[in-house]
Amino acid sequence: MIWQIEFVVLVIVLICGVAAVTVRDLLGAAVLFGAYSFMMCLLWAIMGAVDVAFTEASVGAGVSTVLFVAAVFRTSRRTKD
Amino acid sequence: MKTAAALLVLLFGGLLVYASLEFPAWGDPMAPASRHVSPHYIERSLAETSVPNIVTAVLADYRGYDTMFETIVIFTAGVACLFLLRIFGRRSSESRLYRHLPTGITLRISRGGAVPLSSKEFERIDLQWVPYSVVVRTTCRLIVPFSQLFALYVIAHGHHSPGGGFQGGVILGASIILFAIANNLRASLAWFSEKLAVLLCGLGVSIYVATGALSFLLGGNFLDYGTLSKPFAMGAVAARSLGILMVEIGVGITVMAVMVHLYYGLASAGRHDEGL
Repeated sequence: MIWQIEFVVLVIVLICGVAAVTVRDLLGAAVLFGAYSFMMCLLWAIMGAVDVAFTEASVGAGVSTVLFVAAVFRTSRRTKD
Repeated sequence: MKTAAALLVLLFGGLLVYASLEFPAWGDPMAPASRHVSPHYIERSLAETSVPNIVTAVLADYRGYDTMFETIVIFTAGVACLFLLRIFGRRSSESRLYRHLPTGITLRISRGGAVPLSSKEFERIDLQWVPYSVVVRTTCRLIVPFSQLFALYVIAHGHHSPGGGFQGGVILGASIILFAIANNLRASLAWFSEKLAVLLCGLGVSIYVATGALSFLLGGNFLDYGTLSKPFAMGAVAARSLGILMVEIGVGITVMAVMVHLYYGLASAGRHDEGL
């Protein structure tokens, strides 16, 4: 296991997670959430939980991003708060 | 108020990190979690179920009852989203766009206007119409069958490699969503209708429960697939593998149908009329 790669992935997870809840643009938040899921998928794979990584890649990074983007297109792109 | 909330979050986050320091080290063989039933699964699951992937054996066989209710949770969530999103009965209030195919002229039919539905020369197009690129459309057409084949492989090969009903069902649903994005929602609805999606939601759960009930009727416990050896004329261990496959197919069907129906509802704002 190369700890530098793990560290970089973990830092990207933190950045994406914080950015996804603070960014004002909801489409950007959806994309950041997808990036967060994909990095989490890498972390699961590094820790040997391949089944969980597969689920995270397909559900978190794949379909849920599509559903978020569809919801953003049908509502509004700006947050109210 | 905002600073108080931030302080509280920091306080409880710090407590959480502090508590997690007391956890056993990652991968510790002496941790309580790896000393209770894990050794049994690791040593005996291949002999008992003939499934090399221990995760699948635990999910679908040893903990089959939990997975059944996970599937029911997905089914219930899908039905809840159906009732939240779907708008029944009311006609689309906006005007509609039609394209006259021979001339390429776009007509806007205002609300209540006559619709040239009978004519073959008119094609309905979405109000938020994006000119579809030939490259995108052709690429998606090519990708869809291969992703569906891969999804079936993931469902059927979950015994031997990572995968199973949940992942395969999501990929299968994603391929239909890709078709809907590449063409339009009406083309997708003509191929995979809403009625079919709702029926498949229930069918997947029914397959799971029926597998459990079948092993119950054959004299075993609920979801004890070993008893399936009698009607299928195979050994008890092979019957467990077969039972896991049946259950995974049920999970895959439900997950696929729920994903597609969620996309239909979200993309058309519940009207199932015009998509993205």
